[in-house]
Amino acid sequence: MNIIVCIKQVPGTSNVKVDPVTGVLIRDGVESKMNPYDLFALETALKLKEENGGTVKVITMGPPAAKDVLMEAIYMGADDGVLVSDRRFAGADVLATSRTLSSAITASGNFDLILCGKQTTDGDTAQVGAEIAEYMGLPHFANVKSISVKSDNNITIVSELGATIQTADASLPCICCADADINTPRLPSYKRKCEAKGNEALIKTLSLDDFKDNNPDHYGLSGSPTQVERIFPPDKNTNREFIEGENAGAKVFEILKAKKFI
Amino acid sequence: MPELKINHEKVTAEIANELVSLCPFSAISYENNKLAVNSACKMCKLCVKKGPAGVMEFVENKSAAPKINKDEWKGIAVFADCEQGVLHPVTFELLGKAKELTKVINHPVYAIIIGENINNNAQKLLSYGADKVFVYDNEIFRDFSVTTYTNAFADFIEKVKPSSVLVGATNMGRSLAPRVAARFRTGLTADCTVLEMRENTDLVQIRPAFGGNIMAQILSPKTRPQFCTVRYKIFSAPQKCENPSGVIENMSVNTDWLDSRVNITNSVIKPKVTDLSEANVIVAVGRGFKSPADLESAKELAELLGANLACTRPLVENGWMDASKQIGLSGKTVKPKLIITLGISGSVQFAAGMKSSDMIIAVNNDKNASIFDVAHYCIVGDLYEVLPELIQKVKEAKANV
Repeated sequence: MNIIVCIKQVPGTSNVKVDPVTGVLIRDGVESKMNPYDLFALETALKLKEENGGTVKVITMGPPAAKDVLMEAIYMGADDGVLVSDRRFAGADVLATSRTLSSAITASGNFDLILCGKQTTDGDTAQVGAEIAEYMGLPHFANVKSISVKSDNNITIVSELGATIQTADASLPCICCADADINTPRLPSYKRKCEAKGNEALIKTLSLDDFKDNNPDHYGLSGSPTQVERIFPPDKNTNREFIEGENAGAKVFEILKAKKFI
Repeated sequence: MPELKINHEKVTAEIANELVSLCPFSAISYENNKLAVNSACKMCKLCVKKGPAGVMEFVENKSAAPKINKDEWKGIAVFADCEQGVLHPVTFELLGKAKELTKVINHPVYAIIIGENINNNAQKLLSYGADKVFVYDNEIFRDFSVTTYTNAFADFIEKVKPSSVLVGATNMGRSLAPRVAARFRTGLTADCTVLEMRENTDLVQIRPAFGGNIMAQILSPKTRPQFCTVRYKIFSAPQKCENPSGVIENMSVNTDWLDSRVNITNSVIKPKVTDLSEANVIVAVGRGFKSPADLESAKELAELLGANLACTRPLVENGWMDASKQIGLSGKTVKPKLIITLGISGSVQFAAGMKSSDMIIAVNNDKNASIFDVAHYCIVGDLYEVLPELIQKVKEAKANV
C-alpha cells in the first residue's frame, strides 16, 4: 500500500501574544516543530507499511525551512518527502491550502491512502483533511481510531462520531484523519538519521509551475475566500472578583446560573 | 493576483533590518543588500501597515476577484446535527443565534435535517425558531456517511441558496461542513465564538487563533454561502415555542447520492467518558475537608452539576481518593469549562494542572491563598458553610424545572 501523509511545521509553542499597542504578533524565540497531531497519522502509516508493505511519502506545504519536518518524518521511517513551497501560496486559508495540497498530491504520483492529523496546533481548524478529500473527489473519515487492511483495495476503518463508534469498509483510495492518542508515535531512528541526513534526493520540491492547475489566482491570498479583517487580544478578565461574608453559597449559585451551568 | 511589492530604492540596511524583525513569520530576509519576501509570508500585510512608509506596498489586481450577486443568496441556514435519530442540542443554540442575526437583514431562518424517520425532529426544529425546515428523509441516510450527506447538503444549497450556513462543531459537523464548503469553493471559519451580521449580509466571524491568545475577525466577502462552525455551549438555546408558525418541506432524495465506495458495517453507542481531562465541569477537593466522609457533600454537588470529582495530591496520599482523580503536574492536566475548587490552597503544581480552565471558582477560608491568584471568582469563606448553601440552591432550582 502506498500512503501519503500530510504534515505541517508549526511554531514550537502556541503561546503567541499580540502587542496591545501596535497590534503586532509577538513570536519571540519561537522554534518550529512537527505538528504533534501529525505524529499519530505518521505512526499509523508506518505501522500499515510494516504490516502490509508499500511506501510512506510525507508532504508538507510551507517555507523552505519546512524541509526539516520532512526530514524528521524520514528519520522516523518515511521513505521520501515532498515540499510544496512557493511565494504565490502565501496567505492561503483552508480552501486555498486544501487546493494546493490536493494539486501537490496529484502531482506526486500514485497512492492508495492519504492520512492527515486531526488538526494543527497553530490553525486549529481540523478542516483541511476533509477539504482535500472534496477536491480529490475521495471519501474521507474523520476521528479515525484504527485502520486495518481487508483486501487489496479495501480497508476497514473505525471512527468516532459524537454518540457512536462507526465501523466502515471503504474502497481505496480514500482519506483518513487520525484521531489524537490512537498510538504511540515512534522516535526518530538514529540509524536512519545517519543514513538519510543530507540526502537531498529524498525531498522533492514542488511549486505552482508543477501543478496541472497553475492559475495563480486559485492559490494563496487570492484563492482564499476568507479574509482576516483584524486580529486583537482577547478581553482578559484580569479583575478577579472577591466574594466574602454571608450568603456566599447563594452568590456562587447566581454565578453558575448566569453562566448557564445550571 | 495580489502581491507584496518591495520598493527597493527606499531600502536601507536600517529599514531592511526593521522589516526583518517586524515580520512575525520570518518571511522577510535581507541578504547581500537585497530585501526579499519568501514563501513563509502569510500576507498579513503587517510590513505594509507597520513598516516604514512606502517601502512595502500591497498591490491588488481587482479584475481577478469574481463577482457574486449577494442579493441572490437569502436566508440563514442551520444544519441540524442528527445522529441515530437524536438531535444534538447545539442545533437549538444555532437556531437561536440565527434568529438574532437575521434581525439585521430580515432573512428567513432555515434548518436542514438529513436522516431516516426524522419527522419528529423536524417538528422540534420549528419549535426552536426555524421558519422553514428542509427534510431529507431516506434510508440511505440511516448512518452518517460524509459523502452521502454532502450530496444532500449540496442539493439544499443549490436549491435554496442560503446566504449563511451555521454548523455545530461536533464530530459530524466538523467532517461535513468543510466538505460542503469546499464543493462550493467558499469560505468556512471553524469554532467561531462570536457571530455578527452586517447589513450587506456579510457574516462577521470571530474565533480564537494561535492557541487562544489572539482573536481573529474573519469575513468571506466574495463568496456565498458563508460557512462557519460553532462549538456546543457557546451560544444559548432559545425558548421553545408551543405554536410555531414555520413550515416543513420534504425534499426529494436521489438514491444515487449514496456513496457506494463506503459501506458502514456497524454503529455502536459509545460508553460514557469519565476521563478527567475530558470533563466539562469539575469539582475539585483539597485539604480543607476534615474527613473522607465530608467528601460526600462535594460528591453531591458534582452530581447535581454533572461534574467530575477531582482532588489534590494530599488526598490521594491519604488514600481518600483514587490517583486517577488527581489534578496537577503529577496528575492530570485539565481544561474544563468550569472548575470549582473547595478547600484547596493552590500549590504551584496543582495550579499548573488547571489554571487554563475557562472559569475557576475557588472557595477557601484564607484570603491570601494562592489559589486566588488563578481564580476568576474568589470565595473567601468556610466551605462547610458555602457548600451546603450552594447545594440547597441548586436543588431548589432543579426542582422548579
